[in-house]
Amino acid sequence: MDTYADTYADLIAAEDVLLFVNAAITSTGQSEFRSDADRQRMSLDFLHDYMLGNYRELYAATLALGVNHHNAALIIRRLLETAADAMPEQRRAEGRLIARRLAKLPPQRVYALFRRLREARVNNRRTRAIMRDWLAARRDLAFDSVKYRDAVKTVARHAHLPLGGELGSFLFAPHDRTVFTTPILESWRRAHYDRSALYELPYTVAEGFAAKHGVDRKAFLEGIAPRLTRLERLRLQTSAAERQAGGVAADLSVMPLTRLASYVLSLPLADRVRRRDELTAALRAAATRAAGLEAGRWGRVTAVLDDSFSATGSRQKRKRPLAVALACHFLLDALAGEYTPLWTSRRDDALLVFPYGPTPLGARVLDALDHRPDRLVIVSDGWDNAPPGLAAEVLRIWRARLDPHRRISIVHLNPVYDADDFDVRRLAPTVPTAGIRSAEDLPALVELAQFAEGRTGLEELRGHLAAQCARFLEEEP
Amino acid sequence: MTGPGASTPGLNRIDLAGLDTGPAQTWGSVRLVPLVREEPIAGLRLREQLYDEDVTVVGLNDGTSYVSYVPHAFVATWTDDGTPAAAYGTQLRHKESENAPRRMQVQYRRRMARRVDKNRLRFLPLHLALEGYLALHFGGPEIAWAEWSQRALRSGLSPRAEEAYTGADVRDLDDALRIFEIHPRQCGVLVYVADALAGAFVVPHPADYRALHATLVRDLYGELVYQYGLMTLPARDFTARVDDTTVRSLADLRAAAERQAAEWARFHDTVMAGTLLGGDSYAFDPVYRLGRYTLWRFLPSFSLHNDSHIGEAISDDRGRIAYLKSYRLSQGQTRRGYLLTRLAAHDWNLEATAAGLGTDTGGLALRLERAGFGHLLREDVLDHYRAEARGRRSRAGDPGRMP
Repeated sequence: MDTYADTYADLIAAEDVLLFVNAAITSTGQSEFRSDADRQRMSLDFLHDYMLGNYRELYAATLALGVNHHNAALIIRRLLETAADAMPEQRRAEGRLIARRLAKLPPQRVYALFRRLREARVNNRRTRAIMRDWLAARRDLAFDSVKYRDAVKTVARHAHLPLGGELGSFLFAPHDRTVFTTPILESWRRAHYDRSALYELPYTVAEGFAAKHGVDRKAFLEGIAPRLTRLERLRLQTSAAERQAGGVAADLSVMPLTRLASYVLSLPLADRVRRRDELTAALRAAATRAAGLEAGRWGRVTAVLDDSFSATGSRQKRKRPLAVALACHFLLDALAGEYTPLWTSRRDDALLVFPYGPTPLGARVLDALDHRPDRLVIVSDGWDNAPPGLAAEVLRIWRARLDPHRRISIVHLNPVYDADDFDVRRLAPTVPTAGIRSAEDLPALVELAQFAEGRTGLEELRGHLAAQCARFLEEEP
Repeated sequence: MTGPGASTPGLNRIDLAGLDTGPAQTWGSVRLVPLVREEPIAGLRLREQLYDEDVTVVGLNDGTSYVSYVPHAFVATWTDDGTPAAAYGTQLRHKESENAPRRMQVQYRRRMARRVDKNRLRFLPLHLALEGYLALHFGGPEIAWAEWSQRALRSGLSPRAEEAYTGADVRDLDDALRIFEIHPRQCGVLVYVADALAGAFVVPHPADYRALHATLVRDLYGELVYQYGLMTLPARDFTARVDDTTVRSLADLRAAAERQAAEWARFHDTVMAGTLLGGDSYAFDPVYRLGRYTLWRFLPSFSLHNDSHIGEAISDDRGRIAYLKSYRLSQGQTRRGYLLTRLAAHDWNLEATAAGLGTDTGGLALRLERAGFGHLLREDVLDHYRAEARGRRSRAGDPGRMP
């Protein structure tokens, strides 16, 4: 009887963890097509509290999986807030995971997290040590102090960091000195009255000084172009092109795949037609890079890609679901030996997609099965509505009657977190569903999704998580 | 103006031939059933100036001459003086016609005006639209409608109606509309709230539908949607069910799926929309004919036991429905409609109508007042009947209202 109860509890635990991972991969606490930001946040907060309360170790271990930055920060914050509840060995394991994850997070996220910790008055010795170590590992603290001035100040104060010398006076008494010897601090001081100095500063800081000096936007963009980060450059493409600031033009082929897909979808159709060769080449290059060694090894792949109206996303996540589908399209093309894309709207020019029409997922899955591929990948938010529930029926009968030996491997990837169900929306119980945020994670997610298929026990999942954690901790940051 | 000639094919029931019922999309208690046309009806389009400047892909300028229509209660700036006005009754026009349609001035109070986006396509709130409808259908108190409308707009709608109008309390509806995925050739929609048919809307061309989709439900079903929307029970999806024992191949599966879709369409047309589509109890009245198109108004039997829908339709020379707009009447409105049919049947003669209803003139007058038609009667006449009624009550020893 006991073993039965244990197995049952294990199954639930495994399901809970997968559900949480799906949520933590997809949701960013921003509004989605069908739910607003408040609802997303509330639902997500509940999941975090639930996981922390019930499976603290597994909760910490998810930091090693592809949970998104927003959720990674939430997990770290909760772990640090409740450090007192943890066993000493738990704390050690958590500490290593946290340090490694912090090293991988973008700095602005980390600074935001530290500020939240200060607001929550979390100031235990461990938290201070983590802050100190992270700051010590920063490559150029002077640069951070200029770019994230207020945040660095807050953290230094909160973690009781002795910042001596120039940095200390730069942060806390900048007007006491008439000259700095650190070049970037000196540029910052001079930029207050000398407009030529502002081009030596990071873009976000320089923009403020440019406004103060009334620098013409075109001249400013031309001058600051060498200082732009990759994503700043991508964001500024359109406005720079309007002002003919040539220096800003980006080499699209080095951009990450999903960001690039978002950028392509932000362009009007006419532009996409005009720049077809350039855009296609860039997307292909990014996809090949993301595919890595797996390229060309996936055999015959058919994809059902959702470009229905709901792929619009929301005001905060503009066309995000469609961007994920488009990026998956190019990535699968790179991974597959032979690839067939099937868009729900029945259009076939991937570069010109836009959200349109209903979601006849069932009919498209039927079409896909007709091709008899080795793998079928479905990228959709799971709202199958023309007619509702047909995809589930098709998949159920396919598994039960027509392909009981699972010759075709089917996986459903869902870019949208459904706040009401505390999970991504599933299509059918027999088909594994995994949340997806960036197409680059697709191969890892397909691996993870197998745990959602059938009834994989907690032990296997623990094993998988332990292996992931070990790999994660060994990686170069 | 041409009256409906003998060649007009008669319309005696609402037949949505040429429109295919699509799979419904539900959100909360709202269910929207799309109607899809294989072929749009050429030659009848929404009047050009009604299109938003934003709506550019409309394909109107193909050089052919067409007839344009203006839906009832549609608010727009028709004349050069910049004041908004609502179309009074659905109207047919030649494309070239410069005349502004028959209309009612709408004077929004400042508070309301600010709330309405300046250039949004919009209809009058349900309230006014319906009052105008009742008036139109009976040919009588058109002026009264204007008067009533002005009064309502001057002093504001009742608080409940205003809420319904802003959609603040019917969130499901706003969301249902926003997230509804319009089908590529969709030309119409049937709106269900808590699975009661609230209304039907059909236009000749998909571009017209796309232009009007957002405004039509929010503005035109306000009150009923509000009441039924209070039922928080979510409408269930009719999900596909395929019997797997008969499926041997993918082709079988596909055939079963197609059967499913056909079954849903049949179930919907005969059962769910039965009161509107199946009923023969509607009286159709041809109003106006232009080219191949005829505008009809239809009235229900005003029976309190059935849902009553009232509305307008445009049919072409083959009897196909090109345009349809129906409202479901609330119980109160059905009662008022019944009174009006009786009055119209007796040529607006109070004595004759009262006799027909088995009451006396005074009783009918007070009944009219209670139904909200007090303004149709002269104040002094009404006072007379009121006094009479008081006198009768006091003679009968009713102490109720005596000082």
